[in-house]
Amino acid sequence: MGGLNSVPDDQRYRELADKTGFSLEQIGNLHNRFKQLSHNEDTLRRDDFSKIPDLACNPIRAEIIEAFFDKRNFQSHGVGTVEEIGFEEFLTIMSYFRPPSLNMSEEQREELRRIKLRFLFNMHDTDNDGTITLEEYRHVVEELLSRSGALGRETAKGIADAAMLEVASISMGHMEPDEFYEGITFEHFLKILKGIEIETRMHIRFLNVDTTVLCK
Amino acid sequence: MPRRHLARSAGCCKSFVGRRLVTVTLVVFLVGTVLPLGAASSPEITTRDVNGDHNQETPENKHNEHDSHNTSQKAFPVLSVDFDRIGQPFEISLWVLLASLMKLGFHMTPRVSSIVPESCLLIVVGLLVGGLIQLVGQKPPPLGPDLFFLCLLPPIILDAGYFLPIRPFTENVGTILIFAVVGTLWNIFFVGGLLYGICQLEGMHLGQVDLITCLLFGSIISAVDPVAVLAVFEEIHINELLHILVFGESLLNDAVTVVLYHLFEEYAGVGHVTPLDVVLGIVCFLVVSLGGILVGAIYGILAAFTSRFTSHTRVIEPLFVFLYSYMAYLSAEVFHLSGIMALIACGVVMRPYVEANISHKSHTTIKYFLKMWSSVSETLIFIFLGVSTVAGNHSWNWTFVTSTVILCLVSRVLGVVGLTFIINKFRIVKLTTKDQFIIAYGGLRGAIAFSLCYLLDPVHFPKRDMFLTAVITEIFFTVFVQGMTIRPLVDLLAVKKKQETKRSINEEIHTQFLDHLLTGIEDICGHYGHHHWKDKMNRFNKKYVKKCLIAGERSKEPQLIAFYHKMEMKHAIELVESGGGGGGHANVKMPSAMPSTVSMQNIQPKKQPERVLPQLPKGREEEIRKILRSNLQKTRQRLQSYNRHTLVVDPYEDGWNEILIKRKKVIELEKKINQMSNYLTVPAPPPDSPTMSRARLSSDPQAWSVKHDSDGVPSIQVDLASPQSPPDSVCIVDDLAKSSALSAGTREEDGGLMMKPPSSLAVTAPKKDEKGGEQQEEGKEQQRLIRCLSDPGPSADEEEDEPFLP
Repeated sequence: MGGLNSVPDDQRYRELADKTGFSLEQIGNLHNRFKQLSHNEDTLRRDDFSKIPDLACNPIRAEIIEAFFDKRNFQSHGVGTVEEIGFEEFLTIMSYFRPPSLNMSEEQREELRRIKLRFLFNMHDTDNDGTITLEEYRHVVEELLSRSGALGRETAKGIADAAMLEVASISMGHMEPDEFYEGITFEHFLKILKGIEIETRMHIRFLNVDTTVLCK
Repeated sequence: MPRRHLARSAGCCKSFVGRRLVTVTLVVFLVGTVLPLGAASSPEITTRDVNGDHNQETPENKHNEHDSHNTSQKAFPVLSVDFDRIGQPFEISLWVLLASLMKLGFHMTPRVSSIVPESCLLIVVGLLVGGLIQLVGQKPPPLGPDLFFLCLLPPIILDAGYFLPIRPFTENVGTILIFAVVGTLWNIFFVGGLLYGICQLEGMHLGQVDLITCLLFGSIISAVDPVAVLAVFEEIHINELLHILVFGESLLNDAVTVVLYHLFEEYAGVGHVTPLDVVLGIVCFLVVSLGGILVGAIYGILAAFTSRFTSHTRVIEPLFVFLYSYMAYLSAEVFHLSGIMALIACGVVMRPYVEANISHKSHTTIKYFLKMWSSVSETLIFIFLGVSTVAGNHSWNWTFVTSTVILCLVSRVLGVVGLTFIINKFRIVKLTTKDQFIIAYGGLRGAIAFSLCYLLDPVHFPKRDMFLTAVITEIFFTVFVQGMTIRPLVDLLAVKKKQETKRSINEEIHTQFLDHLLTGIEDICGHYGHHHWKDKMNRFNKKYVKKCLIAGERSKEPQLIAFYHKMEMKHAIELVESGGGGGGHANVKMPSAMPSTVSMQNIQPKKQPERVLPQLPKGREEEIRKILRSNLQKTRQRLQSYNRHTLVVDPYEDGWNEILIKRKKVIELEKKINQMSNYLTVPAPPPDSPTMSRARLSSDPQAWSVKHDSDGVPSIQVDLASPQSPPDSVCIVDDLAKSSALSAGTREEDGGLMMKPPSSLAVTAPKKDEKGGEQQEEGKEQQRLIRCLSDPGPSADEEEDEPFLP
C-alpha cells in the first residue's frame, strides 16, 4: 500500500468512507486531528494519547487508550494489542461511535447494538477469555470510583460484587450452592444491558467542520 | 327455577360493581346537595369574581342570627346553628372532599376508567354538580383565576418539576424549546390571523373583532396545558422520550404565553402594534423566561442551603421544600415573570442537594405530599371546569367556535410536522412519523386557557363571553375527544411504551462508564461537545457546589456510591419488612422478581481456597487474636461508659429499641433460612445490613471463610483517613503490619491495622448523629472482628444474646 501520506488522498478517503461509514468531510477532520495528535507522523502511540490534557481527569482513560490499541476492535479477527496504530485503525475505532442512521430496520439496530456492546465488552474483558470475571469487573468499578479516594475503593468491591450477583441471578436463575458462575459472557452482557438503548446512547457528534484549531 | 337462578347469579356478578356504582352515585348526590347549601349560606369569597361578589344570605341565615340575638326572655340556647362562622372553610373542605371521593369512585369502577380518562369523568362530574347547584337556585362558583393560579396550579407544577426526569429532559432540551417557543408562536399567529380573516368575512357579524383581539385570543388558546397533558399521558404510559417532549413543551411555553398575553392585552385598546413593541416584546420574553428561571434557581439554592442544617429538626424538612418553592412562584408572579418556570427551576435545582441532606422519611413525606396535593388539585381543576361551564355566561357563535376548534387542530399538526422536519436535521435520534403524530395529538388545552380568558376585562373585551365559550369548547374537545382516543391510537400505532424495569446497578455502572467513555472520545476527537461540557459541569458541581450545599460527608459521595447505598437501603428495608420468611421471600429484591438461588458463593472464584495464604506463624496469629480480643473489650468498656451521659439516644429517627427488636425478630427468622441470596456484600454495610451479614454468617460459614481469605488474614475493617475517627479508636500494633507479610492487595493503602468504628457508616447513613452512631458502630465492630477471627470467642460480650455462629 502506498502508505498514509499527509496529502489528503481522495481515493483513499473514499475507501475509508465506504468501510467505516463516515462522510468525506468527517474523515478529513479526523485526519487533521490524527495528524495533530501524532505530530504529523503516520502512527499514533499510547503516549500520544496520554498527552491530551483533557483526558487526564478522566477516570477510565487507561481503558479508553487501551481500546484504541486492541486488535479485537479492528474488525479483522485479530487478538492481542499493538504498539502503534495508523489512521485507518483510528478511524475504525471512531466508527464505533457513529450514531444510528434514520432508517434502520430492527435487525440493523440489533446488529449495531451488538457491535457497540462488543466494543464495551472488549474494554472490560482484558484477558480475552470471553468472559468478564469478578476480578475484571471489580477493576472496572474501582477505576470508575478511582477519584473518590478511600471511600471509593472500599465500596467498589461491594458494588462490583452486587452487580455480578445481579448478572448471575438474571442470567442463570437457579444455581446450586456448589455451582460456580464463571463470568459474564457476551450473551449475558447483552441481556443485562438491554435496558440502556446502546445504539442511541453510545455516540458522539462528528462534525463536518474542522474544530481542531479550537481545541488542545 | 332457572329464571331465579339466572337472576341470582347475574345479581351476584353485578352486585359487587353495582353496589359500588350505587354507592358512588349516592355519594355524588349527597355531596351535590349539601354543596349547594354550603355555597348558599357562605359568602362567596373563594371565587373572587372579577364581576364582584354575590351576597348569598338566605332567609335561613337571617333566621339563625335573629334567634341568637333575641331578648333575654328566651331560654339559653342549648343547641344553636351558626353556619356563617365556618362557612368558607366548610365549603372548601366540601369541595376537596368531593374531589377525593370522585377519585375514589373512579378507581372502584375499572371498566369505565379504562375507557374514559379520569379528566373527562371529572369534568362530567363537575357539570353534574354545577347543574345541581343551579337547580337549587344558587349560582355555581366558577373557577376564579386567583384560586386557580395561586392555589391549584402550583402543587401540580411543583410535583412535575421536583420529579422531572433530568436526563431525558436535558438531552432533549433543544427540541423541547423549539416546540415550546417557535411552535407556540406559530400556533398563536396562525390561529389568531386566520380567525381574524374569518371574522372579517361578510355575514359573520363579527366585524368588530379586530386583529389584536384575535391574536390575544390566539395566545390564550394556543398553549398546551401541563395539567391536561399530565392527566392524560400518565394513564397511557408512553415511552419517556415522547412524554418528556410533550410535557416539557407544556411547561416551557408558559413564558411565551405570558408575554404575548400581556402584550396583546396592553395594545388591544390601541389597535396596532409598532415594531418597537415587537422588539420590546422579544426582550420581555427573554426577561420573563430567564428571570423566572433565575428566581427559581435562587430559591432552590436557598432551599438546598437550608436543608444542610436541618439534621436536628428533621420534622420540618419537607416544609422548607414546599415553602421555598411556593415563594419562588409567588416572587416570580410579583414581577410578572413566568411563575411556572420559576417553580420548575426551583425544584430541579434544589432536588439533588436536598435529597442528599434530608432523611429518608422526609423524602417520603415530600413525595407523598406533593403527589397528594397535585392529585387533589388536578381533580379540583377539572371539576371546577365542569362547574364553570354551567356557571358561565355563554354566547355561542357557531362559526367562531367551530373554526377555533378546527384551526387549533390544523395549526398544531402543521406546526409539529414543520418543526420536526427542521429539528430532525439536528437530532441524532430522529423523530419518526409516529412520534410526530403523538406529539401533535397530545397537545391538549386545559384550565390555564380558561383562567386566562376569564381574566379578560369584559369592559375592554365585549366579546369575552364568546371567547369563553370557544375556549371551553376547545378544552372539552381536546380533553374528551383527543384524551379518550389517544389510548387506543397509541395501541393501534404500536407506539413504544414506557419500560417498567427498575434501575439496576449494572445499568448504573454502565451509564457512568458510557459517560466517561464518550467524554474521553470527544476529547480525543478534539471537539468540545455535549459530553465535554456536561463533564465539566459535573466536576464544577462536585468541587464547589456540593461542598456548600450538602452537609457533612455526603458531599463527597460519588453518584455511583450514592445509588448503591440507596438500593441497599431499599432492599434492606424490603427484607426486614418481609421478615425474610420462607426461603423464597428473601429474593424479592431481585430486579427480575425471579426467585433465584444464586448467592455470593456462586460468584466467588473457586480457586480461592487453593491460593496460598500468606503464612503467618501460628504464634503470631494467636497474638493478633489476643490483642484484638482484649482491645475489643477495652473498646466496649470505654464505649459503655459513654452510654448514659454523652450519647444521644436516638441514632435513627425510628428509635434504637425498635431496630433492636426488629433485628432480633429477623435473626430468629433468618436462622431458618439456609441459603440467602445476598444483594448486600460484606464490606461497608449500612446500618441495616448487620442483620443480613449475621444471617449470612449463620447460614454460610463456609462461604464466608472463602471470602475472607481473599482479603488476607485477618481482615479487619480498615478505614482510612476518615475525619470522623472518634477518640476511642484503638490502634493495634502498628508494627504488626509493617513487619509481617500480611499484604493482600488491600494492605498497602493503610499505615496500620486500625480498629476504628467504621466511619464509612457515618458516610452511608448521614442522618445518624455522630455520637449516637458509636453505639451502633460498636456493635458492628464486634461483628467484624468475630467474622475475622471466625471463632465464637467473644460471643459472651454480645449485646444481643444470639451466638453469631449456630
